[in-house]
Amino acid sequence: MTTLLETDGEKLLVALRTVLEAKGIATAQEIAERIAVTDAGSPAQGARMVARAWVDPAYRAQMLQDGAAAAEALGITMRGAPPLGVLENTPTLHNVVVCTLCSCYPRAVLGYPPFWFKSAAYRARAVRDPRGLLSEWGTVLAETVRVQVVDSTADYRWMVLPMRPAGTDGWSEEKLAGIVREGDMIGVTVPAAA
Amino acid sequence: MDSNEPRAHHDLGGVSKFLCEKVDIEPHALTDFDREVDALVSIVRMKRLMTVDELRRGIEAIPEETYHRLSYYRRWVRSLADNLIRKGLVTEAELQAALRRE
Amino acid sequence: MSGIFAPGTPVRVRDDWPETRGPVHIRTPHYLRGKPGTVVRRLGTFPNPEDLAFARPAAERPLYHVAFAQDAVWPDGRSGDTLLVELYDHWLELDEHRQEPGP
Repeated sequence: MTTLLETDGEKLLVALRTVLEAKGIATAQEIAERIAVTDAGSPAQGARMVARAWVDPAYRAQMLQDGAAAAEALGITMRGAPPLGVLENTPTLHNVVVCTLCSCYPRAVLGYPPFWFKSAAYRARAVRDPRGLLSEWGTVLAETVRVQVVDSTADYRWMVLPMRPAGTDGWSEEKLAGIVREGDMIGVTVPAAA
Repeated sequence: MDSNEPRAHHDLGGVSKFLCEKVDIEPHALTDFDREVDALVSIVRMKRLMTVDELRRGIEAIPEETYHRLSYYRRWVRSLADNLIRKGLVTEAELQAALRRE
Repeated sequence: MSGIFAPGTPVRVRDDWPETRGPVHIRTPHYLRGKPGTVVRRLGTFPNPEDLAFARPAAERPLYHVAFAQDAVWPDGRSGDTLLVELYDHWLELDEHRQEPGP
C-alpha cells in the first residue's frame, strides 16, 4: 500500500474523488456545499463573542461557563462541534493556545486555522518558549503577567477571551468586534484600540 | 532533553530541532486542493465512515522525513486514502485504476 | 492508579512510553511524561482516543485539565509561567510526595 500512499497528493485527491463519487460516498455537489459551509466560518464569529463579553458581564460568565452555548446564543451553529472552552485573560494571566500533537482549533467559531498555527515551529516553541514565540508578533508581556500555554490534546477546542483594551469606552459592540483579530483569540497578540 | 526519548515524531512540543526556527506568520491563503481535501474529510467523518482519531493515526503513521516534507493537507489526503483502504471502503485496485485514467 | 481527581490534587503523569511497544495513538505529550502537575478541573468523560484511532471499542474516560509549572517541565523553563493540558485519567497518578498532610 505504501507506494500508492506516496502518490502525489493532488493526483491522489482526484483519484479519491472519482472513486468516492462512483460509490456515492462523496459527490461533487456535497463537496461544493461543504466547502461553502466551512468558508463561511471566520474569526469574525469569535470576535462577536468577545465584543459581547466585553459589554455584557452575564454573557461573559456564560461564555466562560459554556462556550458552545454562548456561541449558539449569537447564532453560531455548534451542532456536531467539539466542546468549546474559553480562556479568560486578566491583568495577571495571559493565555496562549497551541496543539502540539496536530492542529486542533475551534473552527466553528474561528474558521480555518492559520498556516502558522499548524507549523512545526509554532507547535514546538509555544509550550517551551511562549514569550520568545510571541515576540515574533511583537507581543511582549510584563514580568508580572503569568503566561499560561494551553495545549489542546483532547476533545475540547480552546479560544482566548482577550482583555478589552484601553481607549474603547462607549464603543458599540460592532466597533469592538472590529478590533478583535484571529491572533488575539489564539493569544499571540492582544487587541488595541488604534 | 529529547534526544534519548522514544518520542513519536509528530509529538513536537519543545523539540530542540525546531526551537530556533522562525515562525512564518504571514497569512497563506488556502488552495482549492486544501479546501477539497478538508471538505472530503469532513464528509467522510460526518457520514461516520472515519473518525478524527483515525485521521490523526494515519497522519502519525507517515514516516518522519515525509511527514515534515508534506504540506498539511497532503498529510490529510494520504491519511484519508490509508484509512479508506484499511476499512475496505475503497480498494487499492480501484484507486490504481482511477490514477491510471488521470 | 486512575480514579477521580478533585481540583487541586497534586498528580504526576505516568512515565510510560507505549510508543515503544507497538503502533499506538497517544494524546499525552512526550514532554509531560513523568512530570508533576496539579488538577484544575474535570472536563467531562469522552471515549478513549487511543482506541478510537484503531476503530476499537472505546470506553468513556474522565478527562482533566492539569496545570504544570514551566520550570518543572523544562530544564530552561521560565519560573512563574505555566502550562495547562487536557489529560485522561489513566495517565495520571496521585503524587504521594506532594499530598497535603492529614489533619
